[in-house]
Amino acid sequence: MLEEEPVSLHDAPTRALGMIEAINDALDIMMARDPDIVILGEDVGYFGGVFRATAGLQKKYGKNRVFDSPINECGIVGAAVGMAAYGLRPVPEIQFADYIYPGLDQLVSEAARMRYRSAGQFTAPITIRSPFGGGIFGGQTHSQSPEALFTHVAGLKTVIPSTPHDAKGLLISAIEDNDPVIFFEPKRIYNGPFDGYYDRPSKTWKGHPGGQVPDGYYSIPLGKARIVREGAALTVLAYGTMIHVAEAVLAEKGVDAEIIDLRTLVPLDIDAVEKSVEKTGKCLVIHEATRTSGFGAELVSLVQERCFYHLEAPIERVTGFDTPYPHSLEWAYFPGPVRIGEAVDRLMKD
Amino acid sequence: MAESPVRSGKRRGNLPPLELYVPEPRYRPGDTVDYSHLAIPEAGALGRPDEACEASETWRLTTDMIRVLDDDGRAVGPWNPNLDPETLRRILRAMALTRAFDDRMYRGQRQGKTSFYMKSTGEEAISVACAFALADDDMVFPSYRQQGVLISRGYPLVEMVNQIYSNRADRLKGRQLPIMYSARDYGFFTISGNLATQFPQAVGWAMASAIKGDTRIATSFIGEGSSAEGDFHAALTFAAVYNAPVVLNVVNNQWAISSFSGFAGAERTTFAARAVGYGIAGLRVDGNDALAVFAAMAWAADRARANRGPTLIEYFTYRVEGHSTSDDPSAYRSAREAEDWPLGDPISRLKAHLVALGEWSDGQHEAMDLELAETVKAAAREAEKNGVLGHGLHHPFHTMFEDVFEELPWHLQEQAAQAIRERQIKWPEWKE
Repeated sequence: MLEEEPVSLHDAPTRALGMIEAINDALDIMMARDPDIVILGEDVGYFGGVFRATAGLQKKYGKNRVFDSPINECGIVGAAVGMAAYGLRPVPEIQFADYIYPGLDQLVSEAARMRYRSAGQFTAPITIRSPFGGGIFGGQTHSQSPEALFTHVAGLKTVIPSTPHDAKGLLISAIEDNDPVIFFEPKRIYNGPFDGYYDRPSKTWKGHPGGQVPDGYYSIPLGKARIVREGAALTVLAYGTMIHVAEAVLAEKGVDAEIIDLRTLVPLDIDAVEKSVEKTGKCLVIHEATRTSGFGAELVSLVQERCFYHLEAPIERVTGFDTPYPHSLEWAYFPGPVRIGEAVDRLMKD
Repeated sequence: MAESPVRSGKRRGNLPPLELYVPEPRYRPGDTVDYSHLAIPEAGALGRPDEACEASETWRLTTDMIRVLDDDGRAVGPWNPNLDPETLRRILRAMALTRAFDDRMYRGQRQGKTSFYMKSTGEEAISVACAFALADDDMVFPSYRQQGVLISRGYPLVEMVNQIYSNRADRLKGRQLPIMYSARDYGFFTISGNLATQFPQAVGWAMASAIKGDTRIATSFIGEGSSAEGDFHAALTFAAVYNAPVVLNVVNNQWAISSFSGFAGAERTTFAARAVGYGIAGLRVDGNDALAVFAAMAWAADRARANRGPTLIEYFTYRVEGHSTSDDPSAYRSAREAEDWPLGDPISRLKAHLVALGEWSDGQHEAMDLELAETVKAAAREAEKNGVLGHGLHHPFHTMFEDVFEELPWHLQEQAAQAIRERQIKWPEWKE
């Protein structure tokens, strides 16, 4: 690592960037700082990635550091584990989270347990980047939100940004972190925030405060939530695309909600959650992923265990349905304004 | 047009019914064993191409078998590594020490000092001769049956026993099943229970070495059974694509627990032959011939070091003992198989070679075996001072929660406190 003072976010000049540009910027900055960082994955090299996240990096850093891989997720993750054992800091890409499963054994049985089973002799400072989430007519295999599979694994950290600003700062932290990090990028909001109104024109990040990205190096600590909006009537726990949907719905309803963007699911910012629910007495959990055994169930349990005497209403959970992600009925599946609105109404009825 | 059989469920009348073929080993318990079907080529008969040859030139070497030691204990042919007697004796000694260690630890398991053990009897030449053919800083990604590598590299036996007994001195803090060693400072990668995962990892390590312009290479071992895992394909594909400086080894000991090698595809082709389809050099070696093993690994290591790319080596051998202390092979295979194995015993064969050279004797061998048994016994006793499994001399409780992450997150801090509380409820006097 080169020695460089992190820029104070107050002083740094900012630029309006989309999430893809912010991620690309983070990768560029980290590759320049640390010669041990390598990027591998399908189409990430010459072409720059199917979402352009790695555009220009191979040209700048060479084929030894940014290279295309065979279509084999087991091999991508397995090779990254071996590279990390050597001493590199790999940042592999899995093209869609829906295709991470062939690499699951290498993630769960190997990367996650490397430090533990070797008592620290070998570590896996790997950041797995992968686009995830729906809302793009991606059908069954370009829309999934498999975060709960990873939050259930001891030894993995799971991070999901909701703005370009956070995407850059969190990705830098994930790469610097000495533990394996699953970094899920909500592809619905790569180019602009999405409030759930699929029938209205789509927006870009231009003009959104989260699209103002500081230049240069800065990091956002893992395990720290962001209070998107302070409020006293209801706590909303969400992450990724659902932050923007929740913001829109609660503004419409005129509810004085406190919206918390968890940003890191494991380790969770439990203090922020507890403090908020103790204040509001009500809690709504939102995620795109299917309901049963989703990460929402963990959040509901934690709030129930730790804030029971402050709760004034049952904790609500708004999620995707327990079906594979459909194509034509996407908007019937997606936990949009109507579903969230119904839950908010229930919570706020007294 | 006749109704489609797919719809009607009826077979087409003029075609034979399809049959599922399920492989069956030749011999089951009680059967007489006859190995005459095995083509055991003469020692010294196969040519030795230059290490820089094209992968396709190794085809013959993948279907035949590289052998150096002949029936009279002579080293013959172009693969003879011409090792000096002192090196031969060191290899013999490491093989014998591996066997003595296995015997002692097997007994330790039977005496209840540990929960589990796996011997490598009959396969000692593979791990030991490979270790001697590699540089000490080449990284080995082993399976659970390459304890001979650690022993050859001089890893302290006491440390091995500490790990097996999961005691207070166990470097892995009692977290790992016995024999799942990890010894970074000896170039021995942490062993995983998940089969074949180390194969693509070794390729990644080798790629990293190449990325950094290093001179070290990686090597990995799996059994023939594990070669059926998808990781095998991933490893060979990545190794070929990136020309990785890696030697990938398949130890074909004929058995994957109770499944014979036919369930990994051995009836159709050799395991070494798979290399050529990936564009990788392949070698098939008499795994009970320490000199052939040494020569093959040295060839592949030289090839990798010269940036000529990866090699897949199949070692043809036999798993003499049960799969593990939890296994009884008499339930699924003939007891005669091991005794009649036509490639003999690796230790006896190297010993006969040294005797034929006039560099060793029966008396010396007996004395060595006695000395090694004492060495192992002393190491085991030393380790027992640190405790055996379940006798309370384990690592402090809190260590269970350490190293999940670099730092303990809040939920693990809470759970650690809970575990300690539970302990204090059960044993109020208990500390740490």
